[in-house]
Amino acid sequence: MHPENKHEKIILAPIHRVTTGDRILWSILAGLLLTGIALWVYQFIEGLGVTGLNRPVYWATYLTNFVFFIGLAHSGTFISAILRVAGQSWRAPLTRAAEAITLFSLPFGVAAILADMGRPERIFNVLFFGRYQSPLLWDFTAVGLYLLSSMVFFYLSLLPDIALCRDRLTDVPQWQQKMYRVLALGWQGTPEQFHRLERVLDGMAIFMTMLVVTVHTVVSWVFGMTVQPGWHTALIGPFFLLGAILSGTAAVVIVLSILRKVYNLEKALPVKLFNSLRKLLITFTLGWIYMIIAEYLTAGYGNMTEEMHVVQDKFTGDYALLFWGMVVLVFILPLLIFIFKGKNNIGWMVFASVLINIGMWIERYIVLVPTQVSPRLFHEMAHAKYFPSIVEIMITVALFAGMALLYTVFTRFFPIIPLWETAEELPTGELSHQPATTQG
Amino acid sequence: MPRWGMVIDLDKCSACQSCTAACRMENNTPVAGPDQAAAGRTILWNEVLPFIEGEYPNVNVTLIPRPCMHCDEPACIKVCPVQATYKNEEGIVLIDYDRCIGCRFCTVACPYTVRYFNWFAPQWPEELKDHLNPDPEVAPRPVGVVEKCTFCAHRLRKAREKAEAEGRAFQATDYIPACVQTCPAHARYFGDLDDPNSLVSELASSPRAYRLMEELGTQPKVYYLKQG
Repeated sequence: MHPENKHEKIILAPIHRVTTGDRILWSILAGLLLTGIALWVYQFIEGLGVTGLNRPVYWATYLTNFVFFIGLAHSGTFISAILRVAGQSWRAPLTRAAEAITLFSLPFGVAAILADMGRPERIFNVLFFGRYQSPLLWDFTAVGLYLLSSMVFFYLSLLPDIALCRDRLTDVPQWQQKMYRVLALGWQGTPEQFHRLERVLDGMAIFMTMLVVTVHTVVSWVFGMTVQPGWHTALIGPFFLLGAILSGTAAVVIVLSILRKVYNLEKALPVKLFNSLRKLLITFTLGWIYMIIAEYLTAGYGNMTEEMHVVQDKFTGDYALLFWGMVVLVFILPLLIFIFKGKNNIGWMVFASVLINIGMWIERYIVLVPTQVSPRLFHEMAHAKYFPSIVEIMITVALFAGMALLYTVFTRFFPIIPLWETAEELPTGELSHQPATTQG
Repeated sequence: MPRWGMVIDLDKCSACQSCTAACRMENNTPVAGPDQAAAGRTILWNEVLPFIEGEYPNVNVTLIPRPCMHCDEPACIKVCPVQATYKNEEGIVLIDYDRCIGCRFCTVACPYTVRYFNWFAPQWPEELKDHLNPDPEVAPRPVGVVEKCTFCAHRLRKAREKAEAEGRAFQATDYIPACVQTCPAHARYFGDLDDPNSLVSELASSPRAYRLMEELGTQPKVYYLKQG
């Protein structure tokens, strides 16, 4: 038995064939990813000296990417877990596309950490000698758990649709049919199975909600737990969390609009979905400016010497262009666009979302670099500077390419809109504790 | 058990940089070269930092030699995810180079920026290669790990071995780091801070004594005697 879904045909349409365009796109993305891997090997052989890092700017582009990718990952959990807990049923068509962002950006957040390590081959020391006094271990634990549970969550909600693919898509190549057969784990689509699945997903959603708050807070605590000016503030946790929700939700808008266009999903992804996301984004971007004001007013009003060096560097110094650019990109332009142009207009909404994500990448960078440029013993290094090297830039590109590659490949083999969650009705019937024998 | 500490008299210090040079030779810190030095990649376990306040003609310059502070509450040790950096029972903060994963959390967390990272495999010009300190404890550190001042902990081991070989009890005065030994102005003192009769503990309680960023609660074991 499979759920009835009037959009089944259009949702399954992209899966039937891999086009030449796909092959070209995948080759380009894979090429960029391989370039990044090659450069990482080069960096491993030579040492981190091939980056622009120095003393005192020990953390920069790689760590920015780490924070950014973990932030993007927020999207899926926010849409599918938090909104599930909140009982927002409009989110159903978005869930899989959003969760896929989570699933495919997390590994590249982890990869960014590996790229940043001086001795990545010693990563297992974290298992052998790990100690919970270090916020970095909180990070490893939280991100590891997050990766694991979002994989389970994603797979579980994919299960009924894999089974549907197994039964409906008989015209695809043999290996693909076999893949569906194996991955479907013998799902039969009985009412009892759906009932159990819903219960598990509800339970997991609560757990995932707690986990996602933890993950994004803990990421910031790597910085917040030090006594460095600009980092050592209790606000850094909530601020990172809010930033993650903002950039994650904006990423959902971007990805959905592309899927909608390329795979002709206009009917399954109506404009009203985008309008709901628009409302969320307006709220989050207002929340973001609130955080900015709270943070900088506190630091600026306090007027402590070390703090002021960082604040001034951002407001009027070397990082002023990036700082004010960020405010324009994340707050001013998106807010104006969403309010005056965004309603019912996907193009404008996507444009604003792209601006938000560029701005949010800059925000992560602006949190990291200026603080290190002006360390407490700042007199010593009044001329500290940092600029990413070509290796760092190419590895960053590779991280984004890798994520896009996984995403685009996934959408050609699995339905990107959950068929069973958007179905008009699920198979109904008396819940029995007898194993079902029929197959639909 | 002694608690090793250092006192630096800024009135005596002439900022000649002998300590920096002696430290380099003693501890085999690599030569960065002009390009890398300009990029901020030099490794100097001891540095003489100029603190310049005010503008001409009212300028106040303080030159502060800066080894590792060997804090009693070190910010670096707290954040290390693999316990590669640790404080030994005599209060010296050390690094296990075989365990360090190169995450640079400690370098970022240290408010005194005393920790250095090996951006490349260590290098020396031919002329200097023959003059490396042969002590295995200061063997050049590999690429990708963090290093810093150890209060010349290898000299402590040697001093103990020597005392034992000579059949006498080890005394705090047997052990002295290279920077202290070298200082031509006798501006540096080293010894056991827990011994109330030692010169360092006497100087550390002088009204001139202060520590860098005491307000952070790191409890450094390097004391400065104010100049002027």
